[in-house]
Amino acid sequence: MRLHLPNSAFLGNIDPFLRSIDVSDTSDLKITANRKWISVHPVVLSMIASLGAEVGPENIEPIEIEARSKHYLERMGLYRALMIPEGMDIIEHDPTGRFIPLTNVRTSDELTGFLRDLVPLLHLEADQARSIRYIISELIRNVLEHSSSENGAFICAQYYRKSNTARIGIADRGVGIRETISRSHLAPSDLSAIRLALMPGITGLTRKEGGTETNAGAGLFFIKSIAAMNRDFFLIYSGKAMYKLLRSDAKRRGNVVKGDPFRNRHSSGEDLPYWRGTVVGMDISLDRTGEFTGLLDDIRGTYIRTMKERKRRRYRRPRFI
Amino acid sequence: MTEIMMHPLVGDFAENKDRARKIKDDIIVPALEKGEVVILDFQDVDSATQSFIHALISDIIRRYGAEVLDVVLFRNCNENVRKVVEIVVEYMQESDV
Repeated sequence: MRLHLPNSAFLGNIDPFLRSIDVSDTSDLKITANRKWISVHPVVLSMIASLGAEVGPENIEPIEIEARSKHYLERMGLYRALMIPEGMDIIEHDPTGRFIPLTNVRTSDELTGFLRDLVPLLHLEADQARSIRYIISELIRNVLEHSSSENGAFICAQYYRKSNTARIGIADRGVGIRETISRSHLAPSDLSAIRLALMPGITGLTRKEGGTETNAGAGLFFIKSIAAMNRDFFLIYSGKAMYKLLRSDAKRRGNVVKGDPFRNRHSSGEDLPYWRGTVVGMDISLDRTGEFTGLLDDIRGTYIRTMKERKRRRYRRPRFI
Repeated sequence: MTEIMMHPLVGDFAENKDRARKIKDDIIVPALEKGEVVILDFQDVDSATQSFIHALISDIIRRYGAEVLDVVLFRNCNENVRKVVEIVVEYMQESDV
């Protein structure tokens, strides 16, 4: 597998990076980087860590990176996650208030512990922490419950004080969304599977509206809705497809919570390098997290309305001929 | 009557579905089978995920019908927890049970 870390890869301009990765040969991992400087979204690092766990440290080629960028990658915990030596003396800074280094979560209780430590690590107020904890909990539980990933989920996040924004990246190398959704729904492509997964009330565990006793098929819909409400980027990449919720105009009024993700302002692609598993990246502006309670009202209305519409579409009248 | 203090079991952020399931299986269902009223007390719980509340109550609504909400009561829910509970209860009554 081959990855080149570009000068910049954030959710707004991440497409060229995603299209450039080569994950066809899973026997080893080689990472190269822009020679001068790299600045990347945490989702990029989570992807690398998940690939590294798959090939094992003995199959990762030494990373050729300039010292300044190396320092950044070390602080984000990349070398530790890959279990390879960083090759330089690093003074570790206290991460409090700035970032969550790459962390591997494999069990439900590990997730609970991680979430407990998260808030003091990012120095967040309770209102700000609410959305972030919610998002991370639901995303990682999805991995633990549905992905069949041998190595669980890899997560890292960074807080940007200037924009008061948290950027979150989660990656796994499990079975991916299409296989999961296809257990109960018709999903002829990776993109159609992503679309279904983002709709309320759809889960791969059953065709029934409302899901099963363990899963309602609402987690990703809630998260996409939080991003839409915050007018932030939200990326999901699985198989050969990518869906990206784009930033929406702050002046635009009205309910931005949509049952069908294709009705949100977005971009998508179906011809990306095949990623076995799922990658989710998200930016969340902490200035607007006070709207969390209001968001729940919008989610409630859209959720119920979408379920009713879907039931109505399935309803058939007898045909008298 | 069975009162369940949620905070000691799940902390201030109720998100662990395994714990929700255990509370449901070990405490709520046996109490309902004995004909008792169950009070879920969310004192000091700051927020809850939809997944958690779903794992806690969806199965009992399926098993006993929506009438079970006459004997399973929610106490000391802040606005966030209350809204998530309302969402789950509403979609469970709209769903294919």
